[in-house]
Amino acid sequence: MVHLTKLENRSIHILREAYANFKDLGMLWSIGKDSTVLVHLARKAFFGHVPFPLVHIDTHYKIPEMIEYRDNYAKQWRLDMIYGQNVEALNAKKTFPDGNCTRLECCRLLKTEALRATLNGTGARLRLNHETGEYELEKNPTAFTGIIVGVRSDEEGSRSKERYFSPRSQQNDWHVGDQPPEFWNQYKTDFAPGTHVRIHPLLDWTELDLWEYIQREKIPMVSLYFDKGEGKRYRSLGCWPCTQPVESNASTVAEIVEELRSGKFSNIAERSGRDQDKEDGGGLEELRKVGYM
Amino acid sequence: MTNENMNIVIVGHVDHGKSTIIGRLLADTNTLPLGKLEQVREACRRNSKPFEYAFLLDALKDEQAQGITIDAARVFFKTIKRKYIIMDAPGHIEFLKNMVTGAARAEAALLVIDAHEGVMENSKRHGYLLSMLGIKQVVVLVNKMDVVDYNQKRYDKIVTEYKEFLLEIGVEAQSFIPVSGFMGDNVAVYSAKMPWYDSMTVLEKLDQLDNAQTPENQMFRMPVQGVFKFTAGGDDRRIVAGTIDAGKVKVGDEVAFYPSAKKSKVKSIERFNAAKMDEDSVASATGFTLEEQIYITRGELACIPIEAKPQVSTRIKTKLFWLGKEHLGSNRSYIIKIGTQKVSAELEKVMAVLDASTLVKTERQFVQRHEVAEVIFKLEKEVAFDKAENLIETSRFVLVDNFEISGGGIIVDSLPDEVEQKETAKNNNWRKAAVTREERAVKYAQEPLVVLISGKKNAGKRNLAKILERELFTEGKFVYHLNPDELVLNTQTTREECLKKIAKLSHLLMNAGCIVVAAVDDIVPKEMTILYAEINSDDMKLVWLGEIDDYNPAIDLHLDLSEARASAYQKVKNLLD
Repeated sequence: MVHLTKLENRSIHILREAYANFKDLGMLWSIGKDSTVLVHLARKAFFGHVPFPLVHIDTHYKIPEMIEYRDNYAKQWRLDMIYGQNVEALNAKKTFPDGNCTRLECCRLLKTEALRATLNGTGARLRLNHETGEYELEKNPTAFTGIIVGVRSDEEGSRSKERYFSPRSQQNDWHVGDQPPEFWNQYKTDFAPGTHVRIHPLLDWTELDLWEYIQREKIPMVSLYFDKGEGKRYRSLGCWPCTQPVESNASTVAEIVEELRSGKFSNIAERSGRDQDKEDGGGLEELRKVGYM
Repeated sequence: MTNENMNIVIVGHVDHGKSTIIGRLLADTNTLPLGKLEQVREACRRNSKPFEYAFLLDALKDEQAQGITIDAARVFFKTIKRKYIIMDAPGHIEFLKNMVTGAARAEAALLVIDAHEGVMENSKRHGYLLSMLGIKQVVVLVNKMDVVDYNQKRYDKIVTEYKEFLLEIGVEAQSFIPVSGFMGDNVAVYSAKMPWYDSMTVLEKLDQLDNAQTPENQMFRMPVQGVFKFTAGGDDRRIVAGTIDAGKVKVGDEVAFYPSAKKSKVKSIERFNAAKMDEDSVASATGFTLEEQIYITRGELACIPIEAKPQVSTRIKTKLFWLGKEHLGSNRSYIIKIGTQKVSAELEKVMAVLDASTLVKTERQFVQRHEVAEVIFKLEKEVAFDKAENLIETSRFVLVDNFEISGGGIIVDSLPDEVEQKETAKNNNWRKAAVTREERAVKYAQEPLVVLISGKKNAGKRNLAKILERELFTEGKFVYHLNPDELVLNTQTTREECLKKIAKLSHLLMNAGCIVVAAVDDIVPKEMTILYAEINSDDMKLVWLGEIDDYNPAIDLHLDLSEARASAYQKVKNLLD
């Protein structure tokens, strides 16, 4: 069996285990390449359907094209689409672009905090109504007990230590040193009330695997990943004030694959275009401990 | 470079040199970021520390998002042949569960033994666990040969000692390699210091290992992960989904699901965004539709009955390793997960407790953390599996104690369960009777049978039972509607007692040659076991009225609430023929 098919089968198996074991299950969709592949894998796992809501954390600083792409595909693929936002922080202008906090603090407020409130149901959730095509405030949101996330272990150090099913406490704490064992397709699906589990079906994929799979499956990606004649493209997507495009002429998936396989990026870290990773040494690991993806 | 990948795990006793060997592999395969090696050497020189390759891992850990991400938990490197991921399993006993997790994902293992210190506790314990986890390719590295002056006798002694241990646990090491991670001897480069060793270096050996092959020519096994029907989008396919553990399945194959033993034929293999196919095989996360609508749920084991049937039992003899903080004992109940089955389990008996590092057996009725043992479990209801000697994949289980996966193992034997013993008694009863079952069947022109009607409360089950009794009677059948209400003696009668009475009386009425119709609210799989204690599963048909969910027992016939009286009767009647 070829490598990509092996990866695909394992991810599908994990998605189905998650669906069978968690009553309130959701999947985070950041509109980036990883979670978009995850949506595709979910459609494969459930034969064309995505039987749980997709959750987007809209920091308000996402590149506009991302939101447009999200809504197009949510409608086209009939996805149960939800987004959440830290409205308080945005209204109070407690953000890095407003000049009122550091990059990391901004990440904590607009991503981590927004995520926590969206997942546990205390924050506002907006849900796409497919009849009207508009987002509506969700009434009586329940907490998610299982949340599927597209992190990969090759992205950075702390992610390489993740489990496929990773329990988090009510406070979202992650105990890196004391994680549940996983073997033989058996995962932690039993958990004490008040806790939830993060599910990581893409843990074994590398950035190159992902693009090769996008190529094989012809998965449409947001156009920001491709050079449109300016010699620049995004390699990793985030908020526009903190994510920089890289110098690249790759304008097709095939060219991106080539660039990663043996070209200019075969030896350079993917997140090198992300400024918040550079703030201090353990920045991302610290953020992840409290709930950052 | 090919697109081949291989996961390997490196295990061994603490301080036997795993990190040094990994550091050396990275350095010698040019996997390190440019200048990294020099940078670490320079840092060591400044701090007047002798340079060690193990420091490379620490240095890389600190790198986080710079350069190529490499971490002690998963290390990536590549050769001309393929890409490797090394999973570094901590040597410390406290981290045994991390070692198990790392090893379970691996296709091969490097087991490191210190030439100077010799075979230690974890050298053996890890060896034992690798064998239980099913890793067949084990390469033993006798490390730190530089410390023992590249002495061949020292090496031979360790090889002999460790081979003996492996022999006892039934494992054959692929090969032994004398190495020095520190000096680089026989890791990536052949060493001139050990002319007596003329076989492969570690890298050569790795490239020579085979990617795990899962042979297709085994019997078909697929634990059902779910039965999907997403009607909302106008999709009326009912798809049985799961990952194939062994063998292959084709359109047209007769499949049976255990423990319920329901049968049907594969109608189509379903797939999204891929070419249509008529056959699917091992390791594939697949799905298929069935020709006849039988009602099965998650947890059943799909098999092709003409190939080989699985074991079905409520009592299993197992070999396990225990990782739980609390002892495994008879004072509490556990959850056992086998494939997609999940049932509660009680420890019935500990046959033997084994120290995995000394292989010394102890006789006691509990198992402590990090021990391996042979134990018997009693399960709340029947499960389907294979004995390890027949098929390892479907013999595997894990134990959950207080929400945590606390142990794992393989089922070595299926023991006769209580239900089965009673069934033997049932059959004896038939035989002993002066008038045989067959004679009665001929006389009344019918096979005795129980038609059990269930469904949500107020679905009209009682009414359906009455209709059936009347219609069957009119047709000349010998039939009786057994009303559970008449069996309730007082308000203290529990549901379980009531079900036992239904089972007992149905059994007697069937002995008399009668067809029994009974209606029970919302019966669950566990309660079916109570009925099966008295009634052979072949002699009982479950008719489900109205809404069904994922937790139903296996259903023989599903009727809509709106089903017309006449058609409902006709369908039940078909069930009797």
